[in-house]
Amino acid sequence: MAAQETSQSAIFRHAFGNVLSFTVLLLIGVMAFSIRLFSVIKYESVIHEFDPYFNYRVTQFLTKSGVYDFWNWFDDRTWYPLGRVIGGTVYPGLTLTAGTLWRILNSINIPLSVETVCVFTAPVFSAFASWATYLLTKEIKGAGAGLTAAALLAMVPSYISRSVAGSYDNEAVAIFALIFTFYLYIKTLNTGSLFYATLNAIAYFYMVCSWGGYTFIINLIPMHVLLCIVTGRYSPRLYIAYAPLVVLGTLLAALVPVVGFNAVMTSEHFASFLVFIIIHVVALVYYIKGILTPQMFKVAVTLVVSVGMVLCFAVLAVLIALVASSPTKGWSGRSLSLLDPTYASKYIPIIASVSEHQPPTWPSYFMDINVLAFLVPAGIIACFLPLSDASSFAVLYIVTSVYFSGVMVRLMLVLAPAACIMSGIALSEAFDVFTRSIKFHLVGTTQNPQENAGDATKVTQNDVKSEKSEDTVKERSSRKSKKKDKENIEKPSLVSRVEKRLLVLPLETSVMAVFLVVLLGAFYVVHCVWAAAEAYSAPSIVLTSRSHDGLHVFDDFREAYAWLSHNTEVDDKVASWWDYGYQTTAMANRTVIVDNNTWNNTHIATVGTALSSPEKAAWDIFNSLDVKYVLVVFGGLVGYPSDDINKFLWMVRIGGGVFPHIKEPDYLRDGQYRIDSQATPTMLNCLMYKLSYYRFVETDGRGYDKVRNTEIGKKHFKLNHFEEVFTTHHWMVRIYKLKSPRNRIRGKTKRSKSKSGTSKRSTRKKNPWQ
Amino acid sequence: MKRLHSDLSLLFVLGFFTLFSNVCSDLVISKLDRQIDLSSQIVRFTTSLKVENNGAEAVSKVLLPYPESQAKNLAFLSVTITEGKGKTKTSSDRLYVDVSHPEGMPPSLTWYAVSLPKEVSKGGSLTLEVKAVFTHLLTPFPEKITQADAQLVAFQDSAHYLSPYAVKIQSLTVKLPEPKVESYTRLENTKFSGSEIKYGPYENIPPFSLPTIVVHFVSNKPFSVAQELVREIEISHWGNVQVTENYNLVHAGAELKGEFSRLDYQARPHVRGASALSSLVARLPARAHSIYYRDEIGNISTSNVYSDSAKTLLEIEPRYPMFGGWRTAFTIGYGLPLQDFLFKSEGKRFLDITFGCPMNDIVIENLIVKVVLPEGSNDISVVAPFSIKETRETKLSHLDIAGRPVIVLEKTNVVPEHNQNFQVYYRFSSFSLLREPLMLVFGFFLFFIACIAYVHADFTISKSSPSYIAKLQWDEVQTAIQQFQNIMNRVLVIHNKLEASLRDLSRTGDVQACKAARKTADAFLKELTKESKPLLSFLQSSPQALQITPKVDELVIKERELQEKLMLKHSMVVDSYEKKSGGRDIDNRVAAVQQKITLLRQEVDDLLEVIDEI
Repeated sequence: MAAQETSQSAIFRHAFGNVLSFTVLLLIGVMAFSIRLFSVIKYESVIHEFDPYFNYRVTQFLTKSGVYDFWNWFDDRTWYPLGRVIGGTVYPGLTLTAGTLWRILNSINIPLSVETVCVFTAPVFSAFASWATYLLTKEIKGAGAGLTAAALLAMVPSYISRSVAGSYDNEAVAIFALIFTFYLYIKTLNTGSLFYATLNAIAYFYMVCSWGGYTFIINLIPMHVLLCIVTGRYSPRLYIAYAPLVVLGTLLAALVPVVGFNAVMTSEHFASFLVFIIIHVVALVYYIKGILTPQMFKVAVTLVVSVGMVLCFAVLAVLIALVASSPTKGWSGRSLSLLDPTYASKYIPIIASVSEHQPPTWPSYFMDINVLAFLVPAGIIACFLPLSDASSFAVLYIVTSVYFSGVMVRLMLVLAPAACIMSGIALSEAFDVFTRSIKFHLVGTTQNPQENAGDATKVTQNDVKSEKSEDTVKERSSRKSKKKDKENIEKPSLVSRVEKRLLVLPLETSVMAVFLVVLLGAFYVVHCVWAAAEAYSAPSIVLTSRSHDGLHVFDDFREAYAWLSHNTEVDDKVASWWDYGYQTTAMANRTVIVDNNTWNNTHIATVGTALSSPEKAAWDIFNSLDVKYVLVVFGGLVGYPSDDINKFLWMVRIGGGVFPHIKEPDYLRDGQYRIDSQATPTMLNCLMYKLSYYRFVETDGRGYDKVRNTEIGKKHFKLNHFEEVFTTHHWMVRIYKLKSPRNRIRGKTKRSKSKSGTSKRSTRKKNPWQ
Repeated sequence: MKRLHSDLSLLFVLGFFTLFSNVCSDLVISKLDRQIDLSSQIVRFTTSLKVENNGAEAVSKVLLPYPESQAKNLAFLSVTITEGKGKTKTSSDRLYVDVSHPEGMPPSLTWYAVSLPKEVSKGGSLTLEVKAVFTHLLTPFPEKITQADAQLVAFQDSAHYLSPYAVKIQSLTVKLPEPKVESYTRLENTKFSGSEIKYGPYENIPPFSLPTIVVHFVSNKPFSVAQELVREIEISHWGNVQVTENYNLVHAGAELKGEFSRLDYQARPHVRGASALSSLVARLPARAHSIYYRDEIGNISTSNVYSDSAKTLLEIEPRYPMFGGWRTAFTIGYGLPLQDFLFKSEGKRFLDITFGCPMNDIVIENLIVKVVLPEGSNDISVVAPFSIKETRETKLSHLDIAGRPVIVLEKTNVVPEHNQNFQVYYRFSSFSLLREPLMLVFGFFLFFIACIAYVHADFTISKSSPSYIAKLQWDEVQTAIQQFQNIMNRVLVIHNKLEASLRDLSRTGDVQACKAARKTADAFLKELTKESKPLLSFLQSSPQALQITPKVDELVIKERELQEKLMLKHSMVVDSYEKKSGGRDIDNRVAAVQQKITLLRQEVDDLLEVIDEI
């Protein structure tokens, strides 16, 4: 029978479409993985930067000691003498993931080292993330958009910057968890299945395990629910999507030690509870509406509203009183700086001192999401015409993430998936229109119905079961508006073929437009590959510079850490600015005073004070902390700009924030930070200056600092309380040892004291550790 | 100084030995020439002895005693018989040397008995060449130096050869690395020239005569000592021998005290840091590939490879210049082509590879060589040129089930003289080579089978649950709707054909062809209507299709209407052609119908799209 034949062919086409999209997805995964391997190929398979070293160390501990010891791990190698409870203060998702991976691989006799597993966790998870993007976008706008969005996400530079091989950081798995949680939410919203709702709570749990950014989810989803309720889109599916997530998700989140009771006690989570109440009220209203007659309902509404208002105000008043009684109004510092971008710079220098907590500049948008920035508006419009629950979520996601990315560079990462989804939708819609009109022109009118059949199968392919009724007309106009975004397309002559329901563009225009869109895509790909290869692959512990006589490698950090680890006692304490804390514990295995966790501001301020104090006072502080070695990073010889002298003002600020005798103006000459002969005596006598420039003048005879591009102010001086024990090949790391007290000659210290004058004596009295 | 202490004990035992000297006095050493090479941290004694048998009985063993302080640092001892002199000098194979404990001798001496290949008869003589290599014989003095100081070491031995036999003529040459001597013991006949100190010749020295000499000299060569070296040699029959060497290195010379100034070191490395270890050269076999040099925190970028057909030189620098007392740890690894090292003999395969480390001037305190054979190897035996402690273990690696047999060879105090080949014999069938790929193939095959099975199987727990039934019904409805859509599309195709026939008519005026087209179209349409009937009735009966049915019904009605109008138009046009009316006339007549047709067609299309969406 003919009918059977056609259905057969439809099934085949269906199967072919499935296989094709599966292959495409597989290739996208491979691409997502391999584009992140530039760092391994260009440099080596090594852990990058700072935080990844901590995560790596935690993973090593986990694989060595097991998960129970991990939860109870009290780390005495950092924050000496306080120590740090790692199990309770770390987001364990990443380490548990990599640890599990490692265990599985080893149990099937694939003996990869922990390091290798850690290095490649991020690329693997970015492949997962692009698949999750496919699923999410498919739920929103169909398979075509899904594939495009997945391909875009696989190589979006913003995400690459956090997930190149070796960048073993929370964000690497968290972005996957974020997208997957959103996918499951939308899936639940579209199907109303309790199964997906449960999965959603579990995915949310994984996200909570992985990253502090989970608060974004627990605020965004309630916002969306609220939006749906307000716009009259309440349905039982919405209830199923939301209520289990709040209940199960909060219970699960409270299981993570680092979150614990915060899941119900901090303001970040209050929105979800409020919406939880609201959705129940709304559900009740809808239920009552169903069983009451309209007149009765009206009476009931007035009654309930008047009583409800009173109750609500009472509850709100109690809540506000509770929240207001806590000093930070129940918000953590980082969250507050999200809501009020100027908060950090005003109150918490330690948050403001991190470059990734600064607001981004315009070029960084172009750098990180490139052409997506231009495609996003088109995508938003495409989402609005037919506006469904899912697409309204996408719109809300992009809007909020754009705001957050504007506050902190780091949150560009949250924007990236949203931008990819939007651009995926935009591109896919554009292609849809163009190829359809090309096909129409090429195939001609007689074949048209078959083409319709093709369309039919294409649409049945995507399982969007949401009722997008009555949207056909709108959808067409959406395509029309779509075209407005495409450059250079003159108003298409729609009327010419009235009999067609398809929106047809002239052949030449569509071919041209397809060509331009492909060109745009190619530009994006080129930029992404460039970003992956050049901009984001440097591991930052090993630097390279290309000069006329070939590649020059600066491996000074590891040189210093290797020296520390092999040539000092295991229990020696090393003091440095907190940036290098994680690396020192991980690579040199030595106890540090402060590290990148920055949980204790006073402690960091103490180190900052010591480094900005004169030698003797600094020696006293360090000695009271049992410090044996002091490590400073100095870039003046080779021109490495992010060295300690350039970070020094933050040390002064943070130190001065706790110990008021350190005053920032003392280090500035007329408001200018300088280290040349115009610098203030306080600056020229502080420990950081001395440790950085000790004997520096002897290298070239005049002490020319290549970073600051100036000759240093104080050239010849001696160290009385510290001795140089190691300096790396390019002088980038210098390690000093505290001289033991008995080696000091009384007379000498006295002389130096009288020389340096009154300012020194007065600061010494105020030494916090005496 | 502990050195002094041992001196005293040596002198003390000296008295004893004179008592026992007659025990071994059958032999007499007629000429003895001793050279001590102190140019590196490894001290090499080369002694040539001309042994004469003055006793009555033939002698098959020669005793070589060493004081305890030296014997415990003895790394390598080889004795050969040399014949001829100068250019014609030939030496035999190494003789068998064994530790022996002659009676009546105090335990402060360690005795080695050399078994001669043929006995020395009465009055006969032969020349032995004894090569002894010691480690840790040089003591840095002072023990701690600053960066600017030169490294001074002290060496102590006796000016006379320690021997149970009387020595007629003997001399001693001490070779120093540099012609800089802090002090040396002056005895009679002592000569210092260049970088050599000569003692002797001394004549007619009785056994166990031990005048102590101490040489205190400058030795700026770094004392690189590997406290532990683990070499792992892994054989893959796919064509590779992978060697991984883990070094744990320490500079055992005089320790650095005070500051280390990079400035001084960089400005004058030969003065400020003369004894620092800045680079090592590993001599790897030819055709070594995939060479890497790293430590636990990553790659070390300061290395170079030079290769030619005979060897591959790997020059490595530690991360930092190593001063006295400093330590470091690193790993080098390289791959070697299998055919250069693996051979076959008598049905067995054997690996023939060097034992020691590829770097000269390194003393290895504890060397562990692990040979990892492929999984499934059996009948394993090791042949080595010197005694080695041998143990077995297994290693689980990629895709292993039982594990690979590992031969662990351990030796302490290893010097470059130990760089000799050793052999590991084993049996391994070539079929085992295919086991792992087959395992993978089979694994993936099973995986795909499982996937196929999963896709085709129905895992619903309760087949009677309403949601399951609803799902099944929904599937049926969907296929029905799809079929219905197909039919509709084909109907529309036929409509188009009719339109086309009309256009043809207006162009050619062939009424007959147009009529024929009409007839076939009618037949087709009838058939299609018949086909769609069961589908429609199914859709109407199915509860799942409740929301679609009205649309479908509407579509059917609209389509019928459209069909009627189209037929009407068709017959009108054909009629007018038959009546030969003018083109404009026809247009006028048809216009009203045409308008309706366009409208209906639009509606039908819209409806189709709506159904599509569902």
